[in-house]
Amino acid sequence: MTEYNPVLVGTVTKYVVVESFDITPADLGVRAYEIAKGAMIKETCFGLVINGREEEVDRIIGELRKIDPDHIFVKDRGFPPGDPRRCRANRGGARPGYHGMESEMTVIPYVSHGLEAVRTRDITTIPPPKNPLEHRELDIATLKKLIEAQES
Amino acid sequence: MAKVFIYPATSLILSDLVSRYGHTPLSAAVAVRERIQTAGLESPPLQITPEEPKKGLKWAAVEVPAGIRGRMALYGPMIDTCEAAVIINDADLSFGCMGCARTNELIKFLLRQKDIPKLDLYYPKNEEEGVQFVAAIKRFLDGLGGKK
Repeated sequence: MTEYNPVLVGTVTKYVVVESFDITPADLGVRAYEIAKGAMIKETCFGLVINGREEEVDRIIGELRKIDPDHIFVKDRGFPPGDPRRCRANRGGARPGYHGMESEMTVIPYVSHGLEAVRTRDITTIPPPKNPLEHRELDIATLKKLIEAQES
Repeated sequence: MAKVFIYPATSLILSDLVSRYGHTPLSAAVAVRERIQTAGLESPPLQITPEEPKKGLKWAAVEVPAGIRGRMALYGPMIDTCEAAVIINDADLSFGCMGCARTNELIKFLLRQKDIPKLDLYYPKNEEEGVQFVAAIKRFLDGLGGKK
């Protein structure tokens, strides 16, 4: 068994994901380099990976969010940027978390639209979404569709 | 500022919305980071050691596969400490830490047993559902109080 000595202990790593028609990861990268004080920033195809002290990373992300608040999404990451156990350069394929992110990227435009809407609309007038725990009865239209599908 | 467990624990959308509205998301990355930054014996890729399935015995019985108990060593402490939960019910993205259906069932079961505020949702499938999705999460998180 080999001894394990962790690197960058006490730091946090966060993803900044861009889903925007107006800005690119390169734009965000340039802005992040301008304001960063000692944080590690890596530009990727979907946004940035930022590593550093928690307060510094949060400050940079706060500034980046101002550029396009409804189209920039942030999440924590366990590994530091470029870690050989996760980086695709060493693995010969995308890291597992990328597929999860890719899957959610198909939904993110709707969430961005929702974020824009809750700014302007009165939140109390927006109806609640479907409750997954509620038992729904089969409605006539769906039943009719099922019958037609069977008959054809 | 409440600690909110998110399901899927790897969700970008939930992690972002919870922190955006002033609370702390409890996600898989936080638990993985703890292990990655702790010195010990090398156990790549996630630094999950044989100790993890032993810790998982708190949440799953001994005859339960080690994979579930190992995963529960990551999620169990977060479920114990969470003060609220947001659950997406039709999440079919199950990779890495969320890649075990039985663990995911156990996580949902433990969350439902716990007497905390919970919000159950589906992923939005169009723009109007997107508005309802964000509004429901905002209302839920505002209702938890203690914003920073």
